[in-house]
Amino acid sequence: MSAYRFLVNGAPAEVEAPGMRRLLDVLREDLGLTGTKEGCGEGECGACSVLVDGQVVDSCLVPICQVEGRIVRTVEGLSLAARERGSLDTLQEAFLDHGAAQCGICTPGMLMAARAYLDAGGAADDGAIREAIAGNLCRCTGYTKIVDAIAAVAKPLD
Amino acid sequence: MPTRTLTPGTDVLDRALVVDPGQRVPGRASGFPLRREGPAKLTGAAKYTDDLVFPGAWFGTTIRSSEARATLRAIELDPDVDWSKVVVATAADIPGENIVSSIKDDQPLLVPIGGEIRHVAEPVALLAAPDRETLRRLRGRIRLVTEPLEPVFDPELSDHVFAEYDVKHGDPSAAFAEADLVLEGEYRVGHQEQLYIENNAMIAVPGEDGGIVIHGSMQCPYYVHNALKRALQLTSVQARVIQEETGGGFGGKEEFPSVLALHASLLALKAKRPVRMIYERHEDIVATTKRHPAVVRHRTGFAKDGTLVAQDIEVVMDGGAYCTLTPVVLSRGVLHAGGPYRCPNVRLRGRATRTNTAPNGAFRGFGAPQTEFAAEMQMNRAAELLGISPAEIRRRNVYVLGDTTPTGQLLRESVAGEEVLELALGASLFERVRERTRREAAQRTGSGTIPTGPLRTGNERRATGIGLALAWHGAGFTGSGEVHLASVASVELAAEGRIRVLTANTEMGQGTKTVFPQMVATELGVPVDWVEYAPQDTAEVLDSGPTVASRTVMVVGKLVILAARRLKETIEGRSNGVPFHEAFRDDAREHGATRIDQKFEPYPGVVFDDATYMGDAYPAYGWAAAVATVEVDLDTCEVQVVDVIAVDDVGKVIHPILCEGQVEGGTLQAVGYATIEEMKLDKGRYLNDRLATYLIPTALDAPHIRSILVEAPYSGSPHGAKGVGELPMDVGAPAVVAAIHDATGVWIHDLPATPEKILAARHGERAPAAVGPGKAA
Repeated sequence: MSAYRFLVNGAPAEVEAPGMRRLLDVLREDLGLTGTKEGCGEGECGACSVLVDGQVVDSCLVPICQVEGRIVRTVEGLSLAARERGSLDTLQEAFLDHGAAQCGICTPGMLMAARAYLDAGGAADDGAIREAIAGNLCRCTGYTKIVDAIAAVAKPLD
Repeated sequence: MPTRTLTPGTDVLDRALVVDPGQRVPGRASGFPLRREGPAKLTGAAKYTDDLVFPGAWFGTTIRSSEARATLRAIELDPDVDWSKVVVATAADIPGENIVSSIKDDQPLLVPIGGEIRHVAEPVALLAAPDRETLRRLRGRIRLVTEPLEPVFDPELSDHVFAEYDVKHGDPSAAFAEADLVLEGEYRVGHQEQLYIENNAMIAVPGEDGGIVIHGSMQCPYYVHNALKRALQLTSVQARVIQEETGGGFGGKEEFPSVLALHASLLALKAKRPVRMIYERHEDIVATTKRHPAVVRHRTGFAKDGTLVAQDIEVVMDGGAYCTLTPVVLSRGVLHAGGPYRCPNVRLRGRATRTNTAPNGAFRGFGAPQTEFAAEMQMNRAAELLGISPAEIRRRNVYVLGDTTPTGQLLRESVAGEEVLELALGASLFERVRERTRREAAQRTGSGTIPTGPLRTGNERRATGIGLALAWHGAGFTGSGEVHLASVASVELAAEGRIRVLTANTEMGQGTKTVFPQMVATELGVPVDWVEYAPQDTAEVLDSGPTVASRTVMVVGKLVILAARRLKETIEGRSNGVPFHEAFRDDAREHGATRIDQKFEPYPGVVFDDATYMGDAYPAYGWAAAVATVEVDLDTCEVQVVDVIAVDDVGKVIHPILCEGQVEGGTLQAVGYATIEEMKLDKGRYLNDRLATYLIPTALDAPHIRSILVEAPYSGSPHGAKGVGELPMDVGAPAVVAAIHDATGVWIHDLPATPEKILAARHGERAPAAVGPGKAA
């Protein structure tokens, strides 16, 4: 057991854990952040996607020892600023308006992958958006409305 | 995005209403209510079963067989382990009947000593421990002593029949003798995994009354409730089932959750503490139900002009080791086997048998996607042989008002096969694109490389194809199913002035929690936010039937609307005509709670005879057409499905965005079924039993899907709705396979149409033997 310190959604976190404990379990069980979901446990479905230093990772494949000193962002942190105003952020709003969330289990991971794409300056380009969320499986929507929602808040194509 | 820009060639389009969802307004979802639980799902606040915390809960796991068929002689616990720190449960611990309550009583919760193991991964014992590490360490220390028995893997060789149907209409033998073309075909479809992204999950909490409270992921709380009462000898009050946020179902959480809830409960009762049983993906794939594999054989007679004159169809389904819902799946498969086509002389035979593979069960479409794939293949092949277009042969045969089905059902209303067909043809420019793809195919002939020649590059390698399919889907339960269910749904004005809708129908992504309040609010004339949707908790809601068969909006929706109308009448009667929205708060203060329970009444004029299998098999039918465009790499035979135009007649669109969501999602599941989803078996064991090896489409594999919603209302529903969930699943696969044919010239008779099969067919070879039940890899 060692102590690991990192930032989660802007707040410092410290956990005592074996170094190989999955970031997913640290988030869900040690920190109570159950918004991040487990779908396969082997990096195939993307339901557990979070951002580490702005990069999308499958948190089921990341041992906590690799997170020391890093900045972690989960779905709970997506709308922190917006939620103080009692609302969703623009991406979440677009998902809601477009019907991009159905059963919702892939949604947190999908939002994080989309957030990373948008933060990197991704445009409202169908192919590029599909590429950006290709590691996130959704079994409900056929992806159409997810792509539409992300495109609606992405910077317009020139 | 649906569109109105169509170039209809006929006047049939005037009869159907094409729904325009209009412009999207931020925060408004096009003027329709936003998904009610959407904000919770989008912020991570929504609690799915595995997100719930129960202090002191233990973790449970299942000890499973590794053989396909064997006699269980003993369960041996390693004597070097201190078993007093954990709990082991076997069949001997079951207080009631060792039966998972379903159609037949053939499936045990756990195989008893001396009993027969009937499939790989069959549950034999259960283990609970305070932590996962102990669980992992000890599960390997329980040994099963077995004596192998000879397994059966081929459903056609099995002598144990779960169900059989034989429907006859007219005189097929005489008609075949007169037919200009008699076409035979054999089609095969394999297992398909539902692959909801949330695995099956249950938490059982022992109650002070000796009962059990279940928190879990499920479609049908009352199925679980019945199963608990029977196997655990509990009263209706002692067994309480609460559906938690459910991360997809697609039929996979229809009957299976009963098994897991019983397992968790058995451990919880013995451990005297809450027990969590959350499957990992591998276990979920290995142990839970799949879509039934099927062999469908057609013999079809046509006149020269393409008119269907006789059909003789045989359907064999692989039920797996236990019956589950197989008889009803087969029934729907057989009743849809002829496709949406008028035919005066029909024989439909179906048989489902037992094999030593994991039990198969409900999956979106419920038997119809299997048989309608075969029907559409047959239709497309006949069109080719007769030299008429796939569109024209369907125009000549599609059911119209006044036609009679093989069960003798007169189609009296709500028949929209022509409308969906013409809309799909128009929106896809089907004939124009097909002219182009045929021209390109002709140019390739003679100029293409030969199989062993050098590889082509770029555009030379790519062939475009377009394919069409048409389907019908019986709305609601088959035959007298709804009459037997006798559902009850309620609308309540609570004492505090709250308006509540109470049903057992679950939200699993499709939108129940949004549309039921929407429908009630419309009836009562109040804002939708004033209407609450009570939790799916058997202690709170009555049994309004399962959330399956695309029945929620059509059947339960009707009950909810009628209950709301009666509530409105009651309140307005007591208030001397003051409208409900002004009167209800005062009424609640004065009279206390008013609750209206609305019971199912048979649809007027709908009669079905279970014994003869004749009559109105369904109150009405939904109609669907799909046009798929594919690109095939002619050297590797990889297929990219580029576009799908999906046209679905749902009777009445309650919420366009949710409805489109059903069409788009169902279409992609059908595209996966057509192209990549394949469960390989070796001696009854699934070989690709992980998400790394069982593939479903990603956003890059997904075509652009354009849904066009059509309304041909059913008069038996106050709103006219006929259901949507399953409809798109019936047409996607045959449309894709027809498009592959258009691009490559070969017909693929077995789903999925993998590159290996297409490549073999293009080289005029038989495809390498599919790894099927019992066949070595």
